[in-house]
Amino acid sequence: MTTSMDSRADRPRPGETDRLLEVKDLHVEFHSREGVAHAINGVDLHLDRGETLAVLGESGSGKSVTAQAIMGILDMPPAVIPRGQILFQGRDLLTMKPRERRAVRGAEIAMIFQDALSSLNPVFPVGWQIAEMFRQHRGLNRSDAKAQAIRLMELVNIPAAKERVNAYPHQFSGGMRQRIMIAMAVALDPKVLIADEPTTALDVTVQAQVMDLLKELQAQFHMGLILITHDLGVVADIADRINVMYGGSIMESADVRDLYAHPGHPYTQGLLDSIPRLDMKGQELYAIKGLPPSLMRMPSGCPFHPRCAHAQDVCRSEFPPRVELGPRHESACHFAQEVVRG
Amino acid sequence: MSKYALRRLIQMIPVVLGVTFLIYALVYALPGDPTAGKCGERPCSPAYVAEFRKTYNLNDPLPLQYVKYLGNVVQGDLGESQYGQPIRDELAERFGTTFKLGVVALVFEVVVGLLAGVLAALRRGGFLDNLVLVSTLFVIAIPVFVTGRALQLYLGVRAGLFPATVSFEPTWFELLLPGFVLGSTSLAYLARLMRTNLGDNLSADYVRTAHAKGLSTRRVVGVHALRNSMIPVVTFIGYDFGALLGGAIITEGIFNVPGVGQYVFRAINDRDGQVVVGTVTALVLVYLVANLVVDLLYAYLDPRISHD
Ligand SMILES: Nc1ncnc2c1ncn2[C@@H]1O[C@H](COP(=O)(O)OP(=O)(O)O)[C@@H](O)[C@H]1O
Ligand code: SF4
Ligand SMILES: [Mg+2]
Repeated sequence: MTTSMDSRADRPRPGETDRLLEVKDLHVEFHSREGVAHAINGVDLHLDRGETLAVLGESGSGKSVTAQAIMGILDMPPAVIPRGQILFQGRDLLTMKPRERRAVRGAEIAMIFQDALSSLNPVFPVGWQIAEMFRQHRGLNRSDAKAQAIRLMELVNIPAAKERVNAYPHQFSGGMRQRIMIAMAVALDPKVLIADEPTTALDVTVQAQVMDLLKELQAQFHMGLILITHDLGVVADIADRINVMYGGSIMESADVRDLYAHPGHPYTQGLLDSIPRLDMKGQELYAIKGLPPSLMRMPSGCPFHPRCAHAQDVCRSEFPPRVELGPRHESACHFAQEVVRG
Repeated sequence: MSKYALRRLIQMIPVVLGVTFLIYALVYALPGDPTAGKCGERPCSPAYVAEFRKTYNLNDPLPLQYVKYLGNVVQGDLGESQYGQPIRDELAERFGTTFKLGVVALVFEVVVGLLAGVLAALRRGGFLDNLVLVSTLFVIAIPVFVTGRALQLYLGVRAGLFPATVSFEPTWFELLLPGFVLGSTSLAYLARLMRTNLGDNLSADYVRTAHAKGLSTRRVVGVHALRNSMIPVVTFIGYDFGALLGGAIITEGIFNVPGVGQYVFRAINDRDGQVVVGTVTALVLVYLVANLVVDLLYAYLDPRISHD
């Protein structure tokens, strides 16, 4: 089912010479006594230097699991990766030795999470936690690492960084804590930054500031940014491309404007229709009728068919192929051409 | 911080007063003649009884007796036992032994208990985890005097690996078996506490972050998760050490350890009120100090606690 995509992805295209990340046919399962949950079912995605890729989808669609698989921080077991490749600058992370992989983690590919308070260690000063990156990856001594920590806290606009370097996470506001997470993530100048719903837990006013900071840092360091969100407003502001996920697969992939103007998948259309105005930031997507699929018993054929108004017999029996709808625009739907024309 | 310590010290005063008064009142409220049996088979002569009652202020009302007693205690005088030895000197010597026994117990508790807890947490649901769960349940369920007697019999008397009882000035080696017995229950509780606590911490978000930073598993577990797990563990150990010092009565009895527990035990049998009150007062003080140390340590371990 991925052959068409693979051959296309291997062909260099203008402006895509600086490929950082390429995920191919990734599968992730969670094994438990109740059975096997098929969380990720053949995800393909790619990311270039300086690019912002938004990954959009309802809660439970597999966004975080995809990100954690790329980072290599899934608990295995219960997670199993039976198939797939995660190429970072051409090297497969999944077949690397643990030691090599650890050198990539945090230093080359970094990640920030939704809840900064619980994501920071409560018993260590924030400066210590940032400095740890330099101490462990670069072997810096205590005072040099601390100086770096202060520099980074200043970089992410934490007021009085020098005085607050020894403060603890609980002594900061939510927005400041997420800035500290960001400082820690960009500490070693990573090539890829994955932000998993970085502003969902924040006040609306603070959300915009944190997104601006991410945008700024991305431009400054020329990072590839994967922004996981279910907030369509955020996406429109900062993303170059969007991947829409459903049931552990990517349903549609397109440039932002293209996707908003010509959605080529019934699920994407549902998402766009569920929000009356694009500037309604922080709005949850839940207007599509029906429930996300059970990972234990994935529907046959197209995972979206139980909720799709366009569904036909073929949708119930066969997984839809990826249909090219234009430059960098693909949709995994049997009727993509009809859907995109409306 | 030092302000907090001072406040806590001041708070200790009413606790000490209350507890010692209670013990004093209880001991002296015991029915029977305090001079009974003090003069061999015969009843004591009226002159002796009068002297005795005067020495111990027994003719005063109870609160006044207590205040006079307290006055002596503050001056470092805990009185004399019925055999005429100063209780303070006897206690000082015996506390040394009990403290030594407590340290042995604590070392077992911390080393074995923490290790078992950590290993179980790292292999949740595995063989080692189940082994720890079952064996600690055994230790907790069986009373100390049964464990103590059994180990004394099998390891001490039959196998001859350890001395079955200890000498008057016990060596560290002699205290190994009693120390293990004394610490065994706490060891089991500590192993379980560590297992649960570290297990919870290992699935915390900040541990995921630590992995995402590219830290080694050893560092993630040994620094990030373990440091958080130490908060309740240190609390437990601290309170427990206070309790170990006072709770060694059974163990000291079994192995004939000349410690504070044995002293109290004998004093109760001999109806030696002075010794009981003096010793328990000292134990209460030790326990309160241990608690204070734990509370101060707690603030250091968990920066979210503030003592301002
Ligand atoms: N450790 C786990 N064990 C079992 N199932 C999991 C685990 N982590 C995630 N999942 C399942 O994988 C699916 C995808 O989760 P996730 O990637 O977190 O979704 P989201 O798109 O909201 O980030 C969910 O249905 C979730 O229940
Ligand atoms: S393949 Fe069929 S069921 Fe799936 S989205 Fe397209 S039309 Fe709907
Ligand atoms: Mg998520």
